[in-house]
Amino acid sequence: MAVAGLAAVGLLAGCSAGESAGSDGSAGASGDMILATTTSTQDSGLLDEILPVFEETSDCVPKAVAVGSGQAMAMGESGDADVLLVHSPDAEEQFMAQGHGSSREPVMHNDFVVVGPPADPADVSAADNAAEAFSQIAAEKAPFASRADDSGTHAKELNLWEKAGIDPSGSWYIETGQGMGETLTIANQKQAYTLTDRSTFLATSNLDSEIAFEGSKDLFNPYHVIVVAGEDTNVSCAREFSSWIRSEPVQERIATFGIDEYGQPLFFPDALS
Amino acid sequence: MVEPLYEVLARSAFVSLSATLVASVLGIGLGTMLALARLPGRRLLTAVVNTGMAVPTVVVGLAVALVLWRSGPLGELGLIYTVQGMIVAQVLIATPLITGITMAAIQLLPAELPDQLRSLGANRAQLVLRLWIEARLPLLAAAMAGFGHAISEVGAATIVGGNIHGHTQVMTTAIVESVGQGEFGVAIFYGAVLLGLAFLINGLLVSVQQRGTSWARS
Repeated sequence: MAVAGLAAVGLLAGCSAGESAGSDGSAGASGDMILATTTSTQDSGLLDEILPVFEETSDCVPKAVAVGSGQAMAMGESGDADVLLVHSPDAEEQFMAQGHGSSREPVMHNDFVVVGPPADPADVSAADNAAEAFSQIAAEKAPFASRADDSGTHAKELNLWEKAGIDPSGSWYIETGQGMGETLTIANQKQAYTLTDRSTFLATSNLDSEIAFEGSKDLFNPYHVIVVAGEDTNVSCAREFSSWIRSEPVQERIATFGIDEYGQPLFFPDALS
Repeated sequence: MVEPLYEVLARSAFVSLSATLVASVLGIGLGTMLALARLPGRRLLTAVVNTGMAVPTVVVGLAVALVLWRSGPLGELGLIYTVQGMIVAQVLIATPLITGITMAAIQLLPAELPDQLRSLGANRAQLVLRLWIEARLPLLAAAMAGFGHAISEVGAATIVGGNIHGHTQVMTTAIVESVGQGEFGVAIFYGAVLLGLAFLINGLLVSVQQRGTSWARS
């Protein structure tokens, strides 16, 4: 009887939520295409802006999974993703060197910024570069929130600590293990500094934190699209996506994305001739 | 940024109701068998079911994902990051709960009832059917508990579904995403709507249940 009752309710709900399953990829570019990308492209809203356009113009069904760059490349390595949009240059080069990718092309860039409490207790705004800003934070033992999730941003952060010659540890160093948006919220609540890509910082609401340091060369943040070289991956769709995202109309869309809302672009295209 | 509310809401309802339906068939069947049959290893199986009621949903999600990932044993089916894959995970989440409550409900029926029914000439199917009718209210409660567990979980939905906009985003994963973006207002709104949905569906089932009670009295 319980089953019968539920069946009735289930049927009602089922009617309004018919879900079409993607067809299998075969000849030509079609089928499900898993795009493993970084949390920054989703949290900034860029994916929601451009992916529907790709879905309309292509027979491929893009499925974007927002994870850290490290996990994205792990998914590529095991063949669980078809195409990657990531920002962790050193790890990407290693990925290509190991033969896991068939192509790696620049898509866009923005920059990392160091954000912190408006009072800037470690006085990092006066630093010459990001590594020096990090040294000052460590010297002051000012709270610092680290992604600690093997993401591209985390890789960049570790790289900066290394340049500063510091092995960060202690109660001031907070490892969140979460995405950029969550980490920004935690840093905000704990009055901590953190390293973030500019786009996610601008797109995250309810923050009191301000940009404490920006503009140095060591904060450059390039994004690349990588076609995974797997045996069972959807290579044709991945190739189509890779050239699509580097095509002129999409690059122009990337260049203007965010201007209306934030007064400045969130990403700068790198594939325009 | 999340997709239109009604789409996410409809998907949540569809996934969890489908999962509850399948889990009810499995759970009520298994629970009845455990309560009635004198099987060897019944105690062990009972302990396994009771443990299943306490398994974190994120662990179920991880296990299902390991199997469904393309690199996993059932990768060929292409169920990872699909609604169907999420239903599989939620079936595994809801079934132990429904099994456990069913088992308790059948065992709480008067002990002499099965013997009486047999002496009246009931065959096995008639016997089980009669027991289910007697225990219909707790069985409905079992299904409701399974549904509540399924629709409120976020761990398995994230790992198996991937929170893919337009495909597998459900209410709970949309809430997590909104919190990540600092959109607490949106998150609270989604939470309230999810509660509303749960209330609506449970209210519907309760009204069925109450009708059942008055019918039994008359």
